[in-house]
Amino acid sequence: MGERRVVITGIGVRAPGGSGTKEFWELLVNGRTATRRISFFDPSPFRSRVAGEVDFDARAEGFGPREIRRMDRATQFAVACTRDALADSGLSPGAVPPHRIAVALGTAVASATSLEDEYLVMSDGGKDWLVDPDHLSPYMFDYLSPGAMPAEVAWAVGAEGPVTMVSDGCTSGLDAVGYAVQLIREGTVDAAVAGATDTPITPIVVACFDAIKATTPRDDEPALASRPFDATRNGFVIAEGAAMFVLEEYEAARARGAPVYAEVSGYATRCNAYHMTGLKKDGREMAEAIRAALDEARLDRTAVDYVNAHGSGTKQNDRHETAAFKRSLGDHARRVPVSSIKSMIGHSLGAIGSIEIAACALAIKHDVVPPTANLRTPDPECDLDYVPLTAREQRVDTVLSVGSGFGGFQSAMVLQGLGGAAR
Amino acid sequence: MSDAVITGMSVASPIGLGTEEHWKSVLAGRHGIGEVDRFDVSGYPSRLAGQIRGFEAADHLPGRLLPQTDVSTRYALAMARWALEDAGVEPGTTAGPGAPADYDMGVVVSSAQGGFDFTHREFRKLWSQGPEYVSVYESFAWFYAVDTGQISIRHGLRGPSAALVAEQAGGLDAVGHARRTVRRGTRLVVAGGVDSALDPWGWAAQLAGGRVSTAREPERAFLPFDRDAGGHVPGEGGAILVVEDADSARERGAPRRYGRIAGHAATFDPPPGSGRPSALRRAVELALADAGRTAHDIGVVFADAAGVPELDRAEAEALRAVFGPYGVPVTAPKALTGRLYGGGGPVDLLCALLSLRDGVVPHTAHTARVPEDYGLDLVRDEPRGLPVRSALVLARGRRGFNSAVVVTAPDS
Repeated sequence: MGERRVVITGIGVRAPGGSGTKEFWELLVNGRTATRRISFFDPSPFRSRVAGEVDFDARAEGFGPREIRRMDRATQFAVACTRDALADSGLSPGAVPPHRIAVALGTAVASATSLEDEYLVMSDGGKDWLVDPDHLSPYMFDYLSPGAMPAEVAWAVGAEGPVTMVSDGCTSGLDAVGYAVQLIREGTVDAAVAGATDTPITPIVVACFDAIKATTPRDDEPALASRPFDATRNGFVIAEGAAMFVLEEYEAARARGAPVYAEVSGYATRCNAYHMTGLKKDGREMAEAIRAALDEARLDRTAVDYVNAHGSGTKQNDRHETAAFKRSLGDHARRVPVSSIKSMIGHSLGAIGSIEIAACALAIKHDVVPPTANLRTPDPECDLDYVPLTAREQRVDTVLSVGSGFGGFQSAMVLQGLGGAAR
Repeated sequence: MSDAVITGMSVASPIGLGTEEHWKSVLAGRHGIGEVDRFDVSGYPSRLAGQIRGFEAADHLPGRLLPQTDVSTRYALAMARWALEDAGVEPGTTAGPGAPADYDMGVVVSSAQGGFDFTHREFRKLWSQGPEYVSVYESFAWFYAVDTGQISIRHGLRGPSAALVAEQAGGLDAVGHARRTVRRGTRLVVAGGVDSALDPWGWAAQLAGGRVSTAREPERAFLPFDRDAGGHVPGEGGAILVVEDADSARERGAPRRYGRIAGHAATFDPPPGSGRPSALRRAVELALADAGRTAHDIGVVFADAAGVPELDRAEAEALRAVFGPYGVPVTAPKALTGRLYGGGGPVDLLCALLSLRDGVVPHTAHTARVPEDYGLDLVRDEPRGLPVRSALVLARGRRGFNSAVVVTAPDS
């Protein structure tokens, strides 16, 4: 018996610029940007005032008043995506026993939106250090310790296997899926709902990144603000969003005739052990993660048809990542198309890794490489083919997606289409 | 498949900084519960907590790390150093032949609350002074991955790493994932959990769970499995374990092995009101099966011990179903420290490993009257001498998490 294989059979996305998977993909292939001036609060006291906001209507999504009160915005995103992913997969309730289904939910800042709302009430707008227990929401503990987030996903799925939150900062979206893939491979479960969500467009999180000048101050041109790999890039654009997947053991998926987007054939994560927010120029640890992920997929580096970059648009990231691609892919780095969808939808922290996996699965499905928008001025330090401005139709069978985050996390995942077998 | 053994460990808890101090307190039944003294707690309905005392961060961390770390991360960093020293591993300094290096070592730590005291101060600065007053460290001092990242950086650990959140069950899940990581080829993983949220906002948030005791007497506030159980006492701290591939430990001549991580399983309860049974029993059965053990092999159970009657009853029922009435000694030394969230499971695991080492099972200090129908052999009044070879450790997390780990003696 060979090793168990894991495939993506359902996708749900909530991203800036569109409400579902179809709109998301259309935005990407058209190279449109969905970044705008922050509308959720008055951003004028902040250095960076642009964001990738999602136009999300919880009522229209079918959430009841109690659910809306109970669930943080990020949780609502995750549950909405979960419902879409389940419907997309065609997996019927009861087809897999509850205890053979896992949930792995990635997030960086979890229930930050609700935390800030509740803080303002309890502290009377920031006045009281001794916050008032008489103004305590019954859900405040769930915002402090966000186990309720994966719990809501588990309830939406009917999962009673391992349920966890994988919170590795900005690589969470790759790592949560990687975690679930391991559970299916090792035989702990047969199916999983995995993905990631983050809704960090709140004053506290915006202030965090202002403080270290990680986000862009290009406030006058919100639609042009996210410029990965461009010489004029000056920081990322904060964003929100979510993507969830139904993952299944391949033979079982095939037996039920499930639609298969792609196989997750390789995954690896490493730490740079260097700095909580800084990156060395050489890209050594990300290169090692890429090497290990390709190794797990038993692929030569020349097999990679498309690289979905972390491409956050900070000076240091894009340089670091370019070095990592050269180091891990050798000459092939100069031939393979590399692009960053953060140019269009911004950087939704822990969620983006999963949203990018969705983009990769759709790239495989449609044989299209999404572009890097806003890339007009080449940077001599970033000298690869970043697919500027316009999507490219080409065969896409094997995709590498990478992520890099605070804490030093560097993750890489390999997705492969199943060719004639199941497509 | 390769064996995952524990070659080092450490704890920071309200009853001890370091393994032996903590263990002495456990066996002596010395509790660490008292009135919260980090702020004026008199306006809050619950006032008792398990607080760590006598931890001077500057004695344990380089000065540059002080302004950028929450109290929970300071505990995590101190414990990681102690655990690596205990394991005889000094990454980056004494890497001789056979020593793990670089990508051979990872970190998996659970934190249920993140750097909350730190972040409360930054929320306050933002809203009372303005965005320009927010710390340059807030972006990473707060998030749940902070302990994993800081430990990795301080010790040069570049292998596969993660941060897991599953309320109180997350710490055992972290150890389970460390074992998985070792089995997939990483030689050593620094694993465990830690939490602290004893600022006024963190405190109020913990009370929102509705399960925190309002008692005023430390010895009466947290009474797991007692018929007078009236909630838990929140605490702070945790434990860090060095989970290592058995061959790796042999190769480098590791000074000690506390035991093996023989089995792990995690399950999740069905939604409230579904009428379906709790999944705790299944977690126990799956962990035993994973360990290749039967109920008969287990010498002691370190219970989740929520201290809330309906939860205690549910746990007793699960144990009765697997082990039979009075079928296995059960204990809950967490009565002495309070509930430690992400840190709770790893602290119990550390105690379980010491029970294997010393042939003694600690008692559940303050519990006096266990309802007869629980059918529990709860170790009470004093430690019980028992030549334990295998132990089961349980943790549950609010909203439905269940995690179970089986540890066995190193030579088993």
